[in-house]
Amino acid sequence: MNLLDFARGAVMKWSIAIFLFGMLWRLFGMLLLRRTHDYSEPRVHAAGLGALRSIIRRSWPRREFQARTAYGVTVSYVFHIGLAIIVFGFVPHILFIRNLVGVGWSGLPGGIIYFCAVITLVALVMAIVRRLTHPVLKLLSNFDDYFSWFVTAAPVVTGLLAAGHYGGRYEDLLAVHILSFELLLIWFPFGKLMHSVLLFLARGQTGAVYGRRGAST
Amino acid sequence: MSSDINTIHPLETEGARLSIKKPALRYDRQGDMSDGQRVEAAMRTFVREFGATSAIYLESCIHCGMCAEACHYYVQTNDPRYTPVRKLEPFKQAYKREAGPFAFFYRLFNLKPRVTADELQKWQELIYDSCTMCGRCTLICPMGIDIARLVGQARHGMFQAGLVPHELWAVAERAEREGSPLGATPKVFKDRIDWLSDENAVEIPVDRDVADILVTMSSIEIMKYPQAIVATARVLNALGEKWTIRLDGYEATNFGMLSGNSQWQKDLSMKMINAAVRCKAKLLILPECGHAYGAMRWDGANVYGKPLPFEVLHISEFLARNLGNGRLKVRNVPKSVTFHDPCQIARRGGATQAPRQVLGKLGVDLHEMTPSGDGNWCCGGGGGVVTIHRADELRYKVFQIKMKQVDDSGAEMLVMSCSNCRQTFDDGQAHFKWDKTAHSLLELVADNLVQ
Ligand code: HEM
Ligand code: HEM
Ligand code: SF4
Ligand code: SF4
Repeated sequence: MNLLDFARGAVMKWSIAIFLFGMLWRLFGMLLLRRTHDYSEPRVHAAGLGALRSIIRRSWPRREFQARTAYGVTVSYVFHIGLAIIVFGFVPHILFIRNLVGVGWSGLPGGIIYFCAVITLVALVMAIVRRLTHPVLKLLSNFDDYFSWFVTAAPVVTGLLAAGHYGGRYEDLLAVHILSFELLLIWFPFGKLMHSVLLFLARGQTGAVYGRRGAST
Repeated sequence: MSSDINTIHPLETEGARLSIKKPALRYDRQGDMSDGQRVEAAMRTFVREFGATSAIYLESCIHCGMCAEACHYYVQTNDPRYTPVRKLEPFKQAYKREAGPFAFFYRLFNLKPRVTADELQKWQELIYDSCTMCGRCTLICPMGIDIARLVGQARHGMFQAGLVPHELWAVAERAEREGSPLGATPKVFKDRIDWLSDENAVEIPVDRDVADILVTMSSIEIMKYPQAIVATARVLNALGEKWTIRLDGYEATNFGMLSGNSQWQKDLSMKMINAAVRCKAKLLILPECGHAYGAMRWDGANVYGKPLPFEVLHISEFLARNLGNGRLKVRNVPKSVTFHDPCQIARRGGATQAPRQVLGKLGVDLHEMTPSGDGNWCCGGGGGVVTIHRADELRYKVFQIKMKQVDDSGAEMLVMSCSNCRQTFDDGQAHFKWDKTAHSLLELVADNLVQ
């Protein structure tokens, strides 16, 4: 069995299993804790609307905060959108998704993907440099922050190497690319990459609380 | 009503802000627990209160650091220690270790070491002196984490560990024992009312058996701004309301809540709730005080354990309602005014428009600060911070944001609807020899009533 088969076979199965189990464990571990009832008389009787509003609005800082957060937000937007385009727009990736879940769509030209990948990588590097140098981020950051960055950046790097046939046989490069993706999958539920799911819950509950008070959400 | 605690912690009621006198020797550790017991008590309290809401918040932080940019302590000092979410660090650590979904692994591999008493002691300054629970960080967090609420919960742990700043503990203890944090006992209050009512020829009903409206006051008003009592009476008398003040439930400040003692918070709130129920009030009016609004309007029913059998309004909401429906009439005030939004009433309380409606009826030329409303900067005195002497220097630093906001507004007059903000402004004014004086919205209305 060669490395590529191994990466596509057993490791893929296990990493998907760990990903799913970890997600469920972490989510239920939180959601099954008790919730207290709020007896106060709401000013606005639409808590659900507040939750929804906050889920959408928190995607962009309020006007008074924009000047101080512009750099970080821009960098982060660039690499998130870049990642989304690469993962959902690249033809080989779409094929992979179709094999896995049965739905597919048409992809973008390779050139656009390579361009996106380079931009994404640059933005990711800018994010980590900022994290390593900004006094607040330096103080806050822990293993999770650095490792989550690493597992996010790794598939981008290995994907670019594979696509460009740099540094080895294509099969091996591809195997490494796939393994790096599997590392991302395995780490995902245990670290801060869970923010992609938790943000709906956290924003939603704050939106519901302050929405019913009639305050900004 | 005096006990030895009065001589140990004598009150300071003459200066620009009210607290206890600056302690010669600080006692920032209460009780005589061992270090181990303190940590144990703090963590047990914090983790026990944990519900799904707080768990989701603590799990969600992505360490993006944005909250620092919203917090006046970081913005004015550039000191990363003041990053809002970092103020929770020992508690986050305890949660991950004791209660989170992966607690087992954290303990097994000792991934998060046990919190120590020294750490907690070090964090006291972050959880109390440098957080007014203003909630600006909550508003910026891209994950929507309510950091201010978590700081409130961390204070519960700190209180049980006996790690509350000296002054805040002393005023909270006094509030629990005497009914007022600042010496406004029922007797003192009654004397003031008698004097005010004679002096100003205004009727102030006390201890009516039955009334439609129960009026509550802040100790800061009773001791420092007694004209607020007269102003409230003028407004209610002008409306011909059947109202009362009751000596068994008048104190609206809640230092139980601010210091982190949930039992005291409940005791203090229940006095007002019971008084309102006894006199069959349909409405309880809260005074110009920010945290009193949070404590009763939003926490009151939860303390009571069921919906409150009466309505709760901040005085600015009451004024807005009665000016809006035309029952109350005021003269035009031809002045430019800027309004300071108290955090707990606007950003955290949702009553942001009421004072603007009142100012609209007064016909003033409103110069909004930038930012204003829910995004407004905190005065730096909330959350009990204004009582803490060792926090003064930092407080003056953050107050400079406010001074700049007010100066930049170019308004002739500065108005607010919280007496705790007002004393913070008075104190800042005295410290910086600033030319702006804080005024009360309520008093502005009362001074311009058309009978
Ligand atoms: C976070 C970013 C990325 C993730 C999560 C990701 C994930 C994957 C996955 C799951 C596969 C399928 C493996 C299989 O066929 O079994 C794959 C294949 C591939 N990826 Fe990526 N990838 C990422 C970025 C990139 C980038 C930036 C490039 C290059 C521009 C790239 C190029 C490729 C190529 C060429 C294949 C090979 C398809 C094939 O021949 O089967 N990937 N990637
Ligand atoms: C709907 C989905 C998502 C949303 C709304 C979202 C939102 C955010 C936000 C608001 C930040 C903080 C940005 C900042 O530091 O200024 C962030 C950081 C980050 N996100 Fe996401 N995210 C999502 C999905 C993902 C996914 C799927 C990944 C990875 C596979 C990811 C990887 C990261 C990384 C690595 C960071 C930290 C960058 C740093 O080191 O500062 N995100 N995300
Ligand atoms: S609540 Fe206010 S003072 Fe406290 S950390 Fe947040 S922004 Fe800073
Ligand atoms: S803004 Fe929110 S997510 Fe970002 S560091 Fe602060 S608490 Fe964490």
